[in-house]
Amino acid sequence: MPDLLAARSQMGVSLAFHIVFAVVGIAMPVMMVVAERRWQVTGHAIYLDLARRWARGTAILFAVGAVSGTVLSFELGLLWPGFMRFAGSIIGMPFSLEGFAFFTEAIFLGVYLYGWDRISARAHLGAGVAVALSGAASGIFVVIANAWMNAPTGFQLVDGRAVNVDPVAAMASPAAFPQALHMTLAAYAATGFAVAGIHAFFLLKDPANAFHRRALEIALMVGAPAAVLQPISGDMAARHIARHQPLKLAAAEALFRTESGAPLSLGGWPDVARRETRFALEIPRGLSLLAFHDPNARVQGLDAAPQDEWPNVPAVHLSFQLMVALGTYMALVAVWAGWLAWRHTDLAHHRWLMRAVALGTPMGFIAVEAGWTVTELGRQPWVIYGVLKTRDAVTPMPGLVVPFLTFTLLYCFLGIIVCWLLYRQILRSPEVPEWPT
Amino acid sequence: MSLADVLAGIIFVALNAYTLLGGADFGGGVWDLFATGPRKQRQRDLVADAIGPVWEANHVWLILAVVLLFTCFPPAFARLGTLLHIPLSLVLIGIVLRGSAFTFWRYGGTEDKELRHWGVTFAIASLITPLLLGTTVGAIASGALGEGGSGKGEGFYSIYVGPWLNPFTLSVGVFALVAFAFLAAVYLTLEAEDRELRADFRARALGTGVALFGAAALALLLSARYAPRVRDGLIFAGWAVPLHAFTAVAAITALAALWRGAWRVARVVAAIQVSLILWGWGLSQYPYLLPPDVTIADAAAPAATLRLALGALALGAAVLLPSLAYLFRVFKNRPAARA
Repeated sequence: MPDLLAARSQMGVSLAFHIVFAVVGIAMPVMMVVAERRWQVTGHAIYLDLARRWARGTAILFAVGAVSGTVLSFELGLLWPGFMRFAGSIIGMPFSLEGFAFFTEAIFLGVYLYGWDRISARAHLGAGVAVALSGAASGIFVVIANAWMNAPTGFQLVDGRAVNVDPVAAMASPAAFPQALHMTLAAYAATGFAVAGIHAFFLLKDPANAFHRRALEIALMVGAPAAVLQPISGDMAARHIARHQPLKLAAAEALFRTESGAPLSLGGWPDVARRETRFALEIPRGLSLLAFHDPNARVQGLDAAPQDEWPNVPAVHLSFQLMVALGTYMALVAVWAGWLAWRHTDLAHHRWLMRAVALGTPMGFIAVEAGWTVTELGRQPWVIYGVLKTRDAVTPMPGLVVPFLTFTLLYCFLGIIVCWLLYRQILRSPEVPEWPT
Repeated sequence: MSLADVLAGIIFVALNAYTLLGGADFGGGVWDLFATGPRKQRQRDLVADAIGPVWEANHVWLILAVVLLFTCFPPAFARLGTLLHIPLSLVLIGIVLRGSAFTFWRYGGTEDKELRHWGVTFAIASLITPLLLGTTVGAIASGALGEGGSGKGEGFYSIYVGPWLNPFTLSVGVFALVAFAFLAAVYLTLEAEDRELRADFRARALGTGVALFGAAALALLLSARYAPRVRDGLIFAGWAVPLHAFTAVAAITALAALWRGAWRVARVVAAIQVSLILWGWGLSQYPYLLPPDVTIADAAAPAATLRLALGALALGAAVLLPSLAYLFRVFKNRPAARA
């Protein structure tokens, strides 16, 4: 395995692993706090039970997220010293702010998890709110750093070196807002749907179980609005890349030729050798309409750049299609659930809705992984778009396949353990036949 | 003193905090591994209760030091990442296993015997990680990582292994391990709620306190050959004599306080002792970030970045310090039981 590929694979595995825990760390505290607040207001013990169970889950997932995040912060230097040498002074700022946000999150999670009997109810709830806010903030800061790699700003390039560095301008990269919004919504949608899906699965067997009913309500409250808003933020993100990273959009949409009034390809297999997308369902002018809100707009195709500057077109295209399909499904289910709730239908007894929600359990996380695949693979061969090639940033150390395999095995092992622990935790859900009044 | 010096100092403060807090959490893991006697289980429970609420926050000092290092001194971070790839990767594996095993053990949710496997994993990772962290410090101090450092030789071994794997770096690793175990034992005397358990950790603190002298002497002895600059600084610089005097006073006071059962005094003095040793290292290689030739000024980011980093630090500290104070007030402010 070539060293560059090994380094990219190790970074990819590390990110793919960490993102799951990061996403849960953003959204789970919100559910935990809502449950605790409802307990404080209503006095129903089920809510306290829920808050405590979700806190246990958060404890496990946050710890794994914290340590895998540490690995990433070091890997920036272990694998990509060329990138850090160039970019550290420009985008170190959002990482530093993330450091503080993460610090705050860790402090108040400690207070929350271990402070049930040590501090007042108000202070405890406040600690939970602090965890939820700082979790969202740290996610946003990291995404801002990534956005800069896609749309680098805040410096001038002179003889391959960055001069006139302005870290504030770097944080205000045009990609920052659409990316941060899309990712934050994704975190709430994915986690909310995953939790709702698990409880929907139990409700299919036992629709009267008050524990699962209350859990479903809270999880949908967090996940459904985000899932409905997500296509709108996706549209913003797509229009951003249409202007700033046309090749990424061309790869995502498998558009080989630059055209005006470009069609939207649904599905299909991009045949790079023949420069055409086969078996796709084409919607005339669809891409121009989506990317520029103008049916006749000219959309840049892959032919605008030499082939050695193309990303991996099939991987980017398929990931993009997968993300959009799963996101659409979740948005539709969310709208459906909202409609039924508005009509005062008992969601837990609506078997088709419960089936649809249960089916959606893994979808948010798959969509998150697919979305990051589009972002990261779509930027290749650049690590800093248009400025620094990935191959020029990699460490000179040979034998990188060894750390790649080591960390992959470590993460597989941890992933299995975490699944097993959560599975056991979920299986031990209480039997609560009805809502005490 | 330049802006870059100030930021290098702040990074060193973060490392100091990591040593005193995160280091002690590793030390707790060591005492889990070496739990013995009739109160074995209670020793382990005390360790777990002590580090449970705080280890994640304590761990973030390291992350903070790393992100500040790559923001303010990017070329130094790039060199460290390249030349210390192997030990830092191993440290990361240790950190991952330590943290996740601890959480699986405490939050796994059943009282199964299988959970003890996680306890063992946690303990072993707590033993190995400080050793490796110490070797990376030794590699920096020995001057192997600068542009003209000894890590410039030919071949994989002399570039990527030799700089951090020699008698001196290993002695620094041992020193770090003993120091972490010492700090943990001292802190635990204060956290233990009964006399017998406290006596267990008092004995451990006294033992490691004495061992710390041995480890320091060994490292100093080996530095003559492997890290002459640091050795010269530690012996001949103007600040050297007062620093050593203070360190010696702190060390002896710590042992005396442990002996007499003045647990709070022992905690403060032990922390001062370890901090002074750390600052001795830092001062001895000033103004070099990576001896023998990469100075703080050479590696510094542009002034715009440094100014902003300082601003962010001020802002962050305004949120962080009260939060930390709150965390420790909630969990570490139990009334000390009498000796």
